[in-house]
Amino acid sequence: MSEQEKIIEIEVLRYRPEQDEKPVPQVFKVPFTDDMSVLQGIQYIKDWLDGTLSYRWSCRMAICGSCGMMVDGIPKLACKTFLRDYYPNRVRIEALAHFPIERDLVVVADDFIEKLQRIKPWIIPKEARTLEQGEYIQTPAELDVYEQFSSCINCMLCYAACPQYGLNDKFLGPGIIALLHRYNADSRDGGEAERMQEIHGHEGVFNCTAVGYCSEVCPKGVDPANAVNVNKTKVAQDYFLRFVRPKAKGGME
Amino acid sequence: MSKRSNEPIFWLLFGAGGMLSALLGPALVLITGIAAPLGLGLSPDAFSYDKVHAVAVHWLGKGFLFLVVSLFLWHAGHRIFHSLHDFGIHAGALARALCYGVPAAATVIAAAALLAIGF
Repeated sequence: MSEQEKIIEIEVLRYRPEQDEKPVPQVFKVPFTDDMSVLQGIQYIKDWLDGTLSYRWSCRMAICGSCGMMVDGIPKLACKTFLRDYYPNRVRIEALAHFPIERDLVVVADDFIEKLQRIKPWIIPKEARTLEQGEYIQTPAELDVYEQFSSCINCMLCYAACPQYGLNDKFLGPGIIALLHRYNADSRDGGEAERMQEIHGHEGVFNCTAVGYCSEVCPKGVDPANAVNVNKTKVAQDYFLRFVRPKAKGGME
Repeated sequence: MSKRSNEPIFWLLFGAGGMLSALLGPALVLITGIAAPLGLGLSPDAFSYDKVHAVAVHWLGKGFLFLVVSLFLWHAGHRIFHSLHDFGIHAGALARALCYGVPAAATVIAAAALLAIGF
């Protein structure tokens, strides 16, 4: 490294189930340059200081959604957060809030994965088309309706930000509702009736109290708070309109 | 699949009350709470008994008073109930009864009082 080498203190919350009764902080002194991300700082620790440190990462470019963690108490992607913004102070790194810690910075994501499957995050075609009939056509205007919600990378930062999920992990949560909305709002999709059943209960959209922190921490510019709010209206409409609507298709009961 | 929640009823009352209180709340506080008692920019008898009574007997005035009293309270009750939860206070049946019972009672009382005033 060059003459401008600087040293930053990184405090990592360690948890090694075989030796730690509860998570304990450990401080490392890491040399860094201005272009180094927090993830690179952690990689330095693993390569040079303590090979037992566990964390998830893959792409290093905010696409894979693996390296979500709490940086100074705020949910961030480690690859998209820079050490220079914390220097000369010590930076504190912990596993994502609201999830059980598996080991060090690795959390148990089973709850999120189970909920993701529950909302059927794929296009359920409104009308089946054969190969000969060609592709499902969509206009740019129809794309605009859901495009931002399709940017979700399942990094779970919004779950670490959501106070309601922290209080009650039965709540479906911001990211999953944003994804549910991404498919419901797609002009090619016909699965809305099925998916609405996942959000009209107590642990659906109405568990949200409109705090909005989910949208603030999203590293991809998705607005889950908006998706939740739009779906509160949809669920409320459905609540009353089910009495006057013919029960022909799908059946919302 | 989950059981359908009855929350939409309360959420819609909350939403309507929120909209109304955001639009009218500060102006009402300013006019009825500060300007009228201090006589700031209003004629001294602007809120005299006769004038306010005239509002309360007109059907339009009745409607306004009813919505302001009732919806503001539905909004407040719902907000307080959910804020208790936000603060980690696990509000039970008593809190629910109070937060929604007060607006419900006030709705009935406001309607009865406005009808009793006559037309």
